[in-house]
Amino acid sequence: MSALLDIRGLTLNRGGRAILSDVRLRVDAGQSHVLLGANGAGKSTLAYAVMGCAAYEPSAGRVYFDGTDVTDLPIHERARRGLALAWQEPARFEGLTVADYLGIGGRLDPAACLAQVGLAPSDYLHRGLDRTLSGGERKRIELAGVLALQPRLAILDEPSAGIDFLSEREIQRVIEALRQGGAVLLITHQEALAAGADRASQLCGGRIVCVGDPADVIAAYRSRRCRRCDGEVCHDG
Amino acid sequence: MADLAPLVQAFHEIGEDPAQILGPGTAHVVAFGHTLLSQQSVPGLALRADADADGIHARVTVEEGRHIVQPVHLCFGLFERFGVQNVDLEVLLEVNAQATFWSHCLFTVPERARHAMTARVTLRPGARLTYNEVHYHGMYGGIEVVPRATVTVGDRATYRADFSLVQGRVGRLDIDYEVAVGQDATAELTSKVYGRVTDDIRIVERVRLDGENARGLVKSRVAVADEAKAHIVGATFGNAAGARGHVDCLEIVRDQAVASAVPEVRVSHPQARVTHEAAIGTVDHQQLETLMARGLDPQEAVDRIILGMLGGPA
Repeated sequence: MSALLDIRGLTLNRGGRAILSDVRLRVDAGQSHVLLGANGAGKSTLAYAVMGCAAYEPSAGRVYFDGTDVTDLPIHERARRGLALAWQEPARFEGLTVADYLGIGGRLDPAACLAQVGLAPSDYLHRGLDRTLSGGERKRIELAGVLALQPRLAILDEPSAGIDFLSEREIQRVIEALRQGGAVLLITHQEALAAGADRASQLCGGRIVCVGDPADVIAAYRSRRCRRCDGEVCHDG
Repeated sequence: MADLAPLVQAFHEIGEDPAQILGPGTAHVVAFGHTLLSQQSVPGLALRADADADGIHARVTVEEGRHIVQPVHLCFGLFERFGVQNVDLEVLLEVNAQATFWSHCLFTVPERARHAMTARVTLRPGARLTYNEVHYHGMYGGIEVVPRATVTVGDRATYRADFSLVQGRVGRLDIDYEVAVGQDATAELTSKVYGRVTDDIRIVERVRLDGENARGLVKSRVAVADEAKAHIVGATFGNAAGARGHVDCLEIVRDQAVASAVPEVRVSHPQARVTHEAAIGTVDHQQLETLMARGLDPQEAVDRIILGMLGGPA
C-alpha cells in the first residue's frame, strides 16, 4: 500500500530543546492511524509541523504527502493538496458565521456536515463562530469543517476533548467517513477511539517509541512501559 | 425639482432600494451638500428639515408610545468633486417611543470634501432607538468626516448606535460622542472603521452611567493598513449604584500603520463597576493559520478576518 503521509526523520527544536526527535511515521491511504502519548510528548507539535504551521518548522527531516515533499510548502498549499487539521483548541472569529467557515474551501454541504457531528443545521448555520459557542460546540463545528473540506488526510487533534461522552459514537462515525475518503491521523487520549484505528504509534519525549497494532500499543501505553526510557513515561528527549 | 438620478444610482450601488427609501410610507430626509432634496414624515413621526447657507437642519420627533416599524432613512452626501456638508440634527423620542434610523452617508464621488454632523439625541423614559450610520467613500482620501453627538438616554430607555466606515477611504475621521445614561437604561456604541493609505482616524466615545443600574458598552473595531493612523478613546464612567459598563477595543495593525487605544474607566460610586479590554496588534495568528489551513492564502485570510471583524462583506 502506498504511503499517503510519510514523515522521515523529523526533528524540531525550540529553545535549545528537541521537541521532536527523528520522528518517522507513515500513514497509508485508506488507513486511520492513532498517535498516543502523554501530555507534552509532542503529539500536537507533530500535527502542527505536518500541517506547516509557521512556528513549527523542522530543523531536520522531511514530510512527504502523496509522494511529494511538502516540507517547505506553506499551510495553504498543503491544504490545497488535501491536508486538513481539526485543531485541538479551534479559533473563534468575529463576524464569521458557521456557514461562512464551513464554506471556506468546503466541498460538501455545510448543513450535511453539521448534521453528521450531531448539530442541527437550522440552529447553527447562521450563528457566529465566536465566544457565544461553548467549547464542545466549537469542537464539533471544527470536525464538521474538516468533513466539509473532504480532505485526503485529516489530522484530528484530540477531537473528543471537551465533547460529551455520548457523542464519541458520532466522532467515530466522522473518523470512519474521513478514513473512507482518504486517511486519518488521530491524536487522542480516548482508548475507545484509539482502539478503532487501523494502526497506532506512541510518541514519548518527542520520539516514536512504539508502532504497531492499536491493541498492542495501547497495552504498552497503559502499562506505562516506554521502550525507549525503560519503564517511565518520559517527557524530555 | 432636483435631479435624483445620482442618488438613485448611489443607492443601487450600495444595495439599497431607492423606491423603498423614498417611498411615501418611509420617513426620510435626503440632502446633497446644502441642498435639501426630499423629506417625508409618517404617522407618529414628524420630520422637518430645511437648508440654508450654513447647512442642513433637521428635527425628528417620534410621538409618545409610537413604534415606527419602517426604518427612518437619513441620506446625506455629496455628488461633486469638492464640497462641504454641515448637518445639524435633532432627534427626540418621546416616552416609550421606538424607532430605527439608518443614516447613509454617500461620499463615493468627492475627492476633497468636509462632512460635519452635529447631533443632539434625546430619549425620553422607556424609549428605544437604534441608530446605524454607514459611510460609503471612494478611494480619494480627501474627505474630512467630523461627527459630534450628545445623547441623553432617559430612564429605562435603550440606545444602540453603530457607526461603520469600511468601504473606501476617509482621509480624516474625527468622531466625538458623549452619552448620558439614566436609571435602568442602556447605551451601546459600536464603531467599525477601516483606515487605509494615510487615513487619520480619531474616535472618542464617552458614556456616563448616571442612573442606578445603568448599562453601557463602548465597542470599537478598527483596522489600519499602509500608513494610516488610529487613536481610539473609549471612556465609561460609573456614577451610580448598580451601574455596569464595559469598554472593548480591538485594533488590527498592518504594514506601517500605527494604532493606539485609551480605554478610560472611572467609577465614582462604590456599587458601580466598569471594565475594559483592549487589544492592538497584527492579525491573530491562530485565526490566520486556521483559515490558511482551509486553503486561503495569507492575504485572503487577513482580508477575511478584518472584514469579518468590521462586519463587511466576507
